Amino acid sequence: MSKLMTMSEAVARYVPNGSSVAISLALEPLIPFAAAHEIIRQQRRNLTLIGPISDILFDQLIGAGCVERVTAAWVGNVSEGLGYCYQRATEKAIPRAISIEEHSNFTIGLALLAASLGSPYIPTRSTLGSDIPSHNTALRLERSPLDGTPLLLVPALRPDVTIVHVQRSDEDGNAHLWGNSGICGEAMLAAKDVILEAEEIVDREVILSDPNRVLGPSFKVRAVVHERWGAHPSAVQGYTNRDHPFYHEYHERTRSVEGFQDWLEEWVLHLPSRADYMKKLGEERLQRLRVKEHRYAAAVDYGY
Amino acid sequence: MDYTPQELMVVCAARQIQDGEHVFVGMRLPLLAFALAKRTHAPRCLGLFEAGILRDEPAAELLYTMGDAPNITGALWATGTVKMIGLMAAGDVQLGFIGGAEIDRYGNLNTTAIGNWQKPAVRLPGSGGAADIASLSQRLAIIMQHDRRRLREKVDYVTSPGYGYPGEEGPAGAAWRERVGLPGGGPSALITTLAVFGFDRENGEAVLQSFHPGTTVEEVQAKTGWTLRLADDYTETVPPSAEELKVIRECDPQGKWTR
Repeated sequence: MSKLMTMSEAVARYVPNGSSVAISLALEPLIPFAAAHEIIRQQRRNLTLIGPISDILFDQLIGAGCVERVTAAWVGNVSEGLGYCYQRATEKAIPRAISIEEHSNFTIGLALLAASLGSPYIPTRSTLGSDIPSHNTALRLERSPLDGTPLLLVPALRPDVTIVHVQRSDEDGNAHLWGNSGICGEAMLAAKDVILEAEEIVDREVILSDPNRVLGPSFKVRAVVHERWGAHPSAVQGYTNRDHPFYHEYHERTRSVEGFQDWLEEWVLHLPSRADYMKKLGEERLQRLRVKEHRYAAAVDYGY
Repeated sequence: MDYTPQELMVVCAARQIQDGEHVFVGMRLPLLAFALAKRTHAPRCLGLFEAGILRDEPAAELLYTMGDAPNITGALWATGTVKMIGLMAAGDVQLGFIGGAEIDRYGNLNTTAIGNWQKPAVRLPGSGGAADIASLSQRLAIIMQHDRRRLREKVDYVTSPGYGYPGEEGPAGAAWRERVGLPGGGPSALITTLAVFGFDRENGEAVLQSFHPGTTVEEVQAKTGWTLRLADDYTETVPPSAEELKVIRECDPQGKWTR
């Protein structure tokens, strides 16, 4: 069954106001900026964002006023440092106040893993003694029933929708992702609905030729969106290198509210589709980011 | 020989890595330290990255983030975050590196908020994997800029636990970590732009091991927010060798992270 649709349709259907959205889950690469920009253009409000290290995608959604709550380990700009929209929201309630549920990369991963396993919680010793458990009311400090030692219980977290960028998918949402995957797999299995953003749409046979590389079952997937360059400026192994200067430019331009508004209008609001975005990037920039030297894995024999 | 404070910090960080160790690397200076150790005294060490990457050899190009494409090419394992931090939780990581905005004399680190958490004067990005690395690695090395606002008597928020604080239940140090349930570990080195500290696991205090060439203990004290405790054999930091500088500059030819 084809689940192919435009990003505009996918966001309209599966990212309503007030929903909890797990996105930017592979840490630095494979960040679904195309989806985030469409969420901003459709003026979604009161979202809960769920993620590990989120890079500038969270910062943009917060600056655009889409976000009510952040359940995450880190919000900023990985290669530059701080995220100014996040700072303005938390320090001065600009453009609005947001609430924060503090996590570490491990605890947010465990929360999604627990949901993916149908387990009410997963215990860990990580972050014990830190202030993180006291600033996240979902986390519980308990004693182990086995030996009485302190434990942190990380309750299952079930996003309304998980959005993942992948290298390739068939129309049904059977998708290949390679490189590091952060917590994409856990978030996909934990979610009620999944939107996939794919560099390429391929025949089902391509996916079935390498089932070990499949991210998760396509029955979790509601929408498949074909978005070449949808993860720009983040990296997509085998397709696109990270556009470091883009992050630097964002950092410099978003120091003030007005600067952020200008940036947002230029790169999101005035560009109705990803095709317009790519045109604005320009062929020279795209060429600079394309893979210079392909390195294919050795073939795998699934024969019998 | 001329070198920058960052280059000296990379050298000090590399000296923390023993051959054959599994090192939770992180970004920027620790990444260069891993490359340096690998090419000098620790050829058999492995690098782990919380994005979900295990490497034998440093990436062929300078990285801006751990998830950059060259860090995947030729990796020993590309997988997920839970597996990578899970290895550390299971005791398979001997040394972890992190940075911090603030640290106190007991090695507790803050990267979350300056001031009140509810209404922060300055909101910082948060833990990322730092709290996990501080909780779960067997030894922790911390790399920071040295000034009085950063090295404080007490941090405003403990993002990454060091040796806690002394209290009615007992002292700071390894005993505190055991009381709160952390599986061993704790800071073993604090490397700053001015000095290198070790830690006394009995009471959790930072102990000055060496001050960098060009500074003095008096200057280090003036820029530290607690009364320094000096190691019996404290000394001047051994400067980088020509060979060490050569390797660092091959890894970071433009000085992106080291100038």
